[in-house]
Amino acid sequence: MDMTFLLQLLINGLVVGSIYSLVATGFVIIYKATSALNLAQGEFLMVGAYICLDLLTKYNIPFFQAFLITLAFSALLGLLIERVILRPLIGSHLISVIMVTLGLGSILKALIQMAYGTSTIPFPEIFPTKPVQIGPIPVSQGYLYALVCVSFLVALLTLFFKYSKSGVAMRATASNQQVALSMGISVKKMFALAWCISAIVSAVGGILLGTIRGGVDMSLAFMGLKVLPVVILGGLDSILGAIVGGVIIGILENLSGGYIDPVVGGGAKEIAPYIALILILMFKPYGLFGKKRIERV
Amino acid sequence: MQCGDFKTTYAADMTIFDTRATRIMVFLFIGLVFTVPMYSSSYFLDVSNRIGIAIIGAVGLNILTGFTGLISLGNAAFMAIGAFSTGYLGIRFGLPFYLCIPLAGLISACLGMIIGIPSLRIKGLYLAMATLAAHFIVEFVITKWESVTGGVNGLTIPTPAVGHFELDSDKSIFYLIYVVVVASVFFGRNLFRTKPGKAFIAIRDQAISAEVMGVNLLKYKLYSFGISSFFVGVAGALTAYQAKIISPETFPITVAIDYLGMIIIGGLGSILGAIFGAVFITMLPEILRLVTTALAESYPDLITIFSSLKELVFGVLVIVFLIFEPSGIAARWYSIKNYWKLYPFSH
Repeated sequence: MDMTFLLQLLINGLVVGSIYSLVATGFVIIYKATSALNLAQGEFLMVGAYICLDLLTKYNIPFFQAFLITLAFSALLGLLIERVILRPLIGSHLISVIMVTLGLGSILKALIQMAYGTSTIPFPEIFPTKPVQIGPIPVSQGYLYALVCVSFLVALLTLFFKYSKSGVAMRATASNQQVALSMGISVKKMFALAWCISAIVSAVGGILLGTIRGGVDMSLAFMGLKVLPVVILGGLDSILGAIVGGVIIGILENLSGGYIDPVVGGGAKEIAPYIALILILMFKPYGLFGKKRIERV
Repeated sequence: MQCGDFKTTYAADMTIFDTRATRIMVFLFIGLVFTVPMYSSSYFLDVSNRIGIAIIGAVGLNILTGFTGLISLGNAAFMAIGAFSTGYLGIRFGLPFYLCIPLAGLISACLGMIIGIPSLRIKGLYLAMATLAAHFIVEFVITKWESVTGGVNGLTIPTPAVGHFELDSDKSIFYLIYVVVVASVFFGRNLFRTKPGKAFIAIRDQAISAEVMGVNLLKYKLYSFGISSFFVGVAGALTAYQAKIISPETFPITVAIDYLGMIIIGGLGSILGAIFGAVFITMLPEILRLVTTALAESYPDLITIFSSLKELVFGVLVIVFLIFEPSGIAARWYSIKNYWKLYPFSH
């Protein structure tokens, strides 16, 4: 067994996994706060990546400003979607909520397709490309920046939920809406905030993925579905779970891509997370850190 | 004159046809449908065939999702299982289509029940995710299992035949499809007058009370998965005969989403709704195509964005229906019908 190959896979897995963690965090925030399952997470990510790309290439705005504008746009998008589409459906059946996000996903995907076409558009290089040596293996600098960026954002979110007033209010809403309402928290505002944060976080994920891959196309939307194994592994209502789950699924994916793909002739990399999903649902349905639900009549 | 919708017996409430007139009308309508191939163009025939297949699949999905409340994103996978089973049985064993189709349905039903086993433990959104994962796994297996499914190249389906009479045209396939449509719609409608059907509804409305009332949850959930997958598998088998060539790309995840859209737009938990939804969603791209070609002269860009336009309209419709008419077209249909039935003396 080649050690460097294994290490290379592990590092790739760690970096891709950290982006999964980020997107999964967005997913979990929405689920925790509003108990809605956002299957349009991948499209959020795609919108972020394309908007940033447009700002960078068409309007020649420097990266940092473009990044901030993208985040602002995503925040507005999240607010708009929550207000127009999700709020009328509060309290309705689970299938309605699942289906509405699927519908939302197809709208966003269609709009992006109309505006940019389906071919891959190269993403400008933002981070220096020269690889750095870590021990025996060369690692692309973009990967390191992505890792730093994700860690920073996750730390920021943790601090937000732990210390800021809105963060605490959001946690209160997640744990009991009735009590939160009676304590003077506007649950509606918290729902809006959850969608807003989730959209921002996904947009960052999209931009990072765009830079790492060197291009953006429609396949970014599938990232949204990749998030499902991550959140199931970590536990649907746990942010820590999303982070740990993301890294594990990222590594699992790269390991099966490296070792199983040559045997079966490709495809194992894509399918491994879903096999993991089914196994986790069978043996540990609430994931690593999820809260167990006891059904009472 | 009728001046209200009064039912005095249980039997009257459960009856399929309220009056003799409705019964006659329904049979006349079915008769009319079977005359369609005589005068319609090949384009319209092709669309009707796809509508027929969609009706079978939507009725099947509605049994599982609309009536039993188990959300499945895996029905494209079951269609694929049905289609590839038909292809394999037809090519490898040379079985005639009238054996292939039910066998494909059975294979799909068995696999459906296997996937349904965890449904006792996992429910709601967990089940939706498990079926989604099942979809990707089935897709992977179909792509890789070349000796049976032909891999990425897919299968060329033999022409269905009874003796020397070959069902080689869209016209003959139309009759094949619509015989199955009528059978499955009647089966679906009758299912909910039987014990299993009522058990499904009880599970959907309140699983725990259903269990207390003596409904064996695992048994009936598995029944629901089995029956639903049978229908969906048959729809897949018919797709194979209609499309003649099938490959793993014939059944992408968007097919599953389309079918969910059908039952949402048509009406969850309603056989009539499944029919409405299937017709509506299948016609949607055709209507859009008419509109875009009509506007193509003034807006030539429309043609290039056609596929995204279709997706956009689909998404908007699903959202609009969910927000403004969650019970779907079927509910609208009933309220309009009742309005006119009692007109002008309602109440």
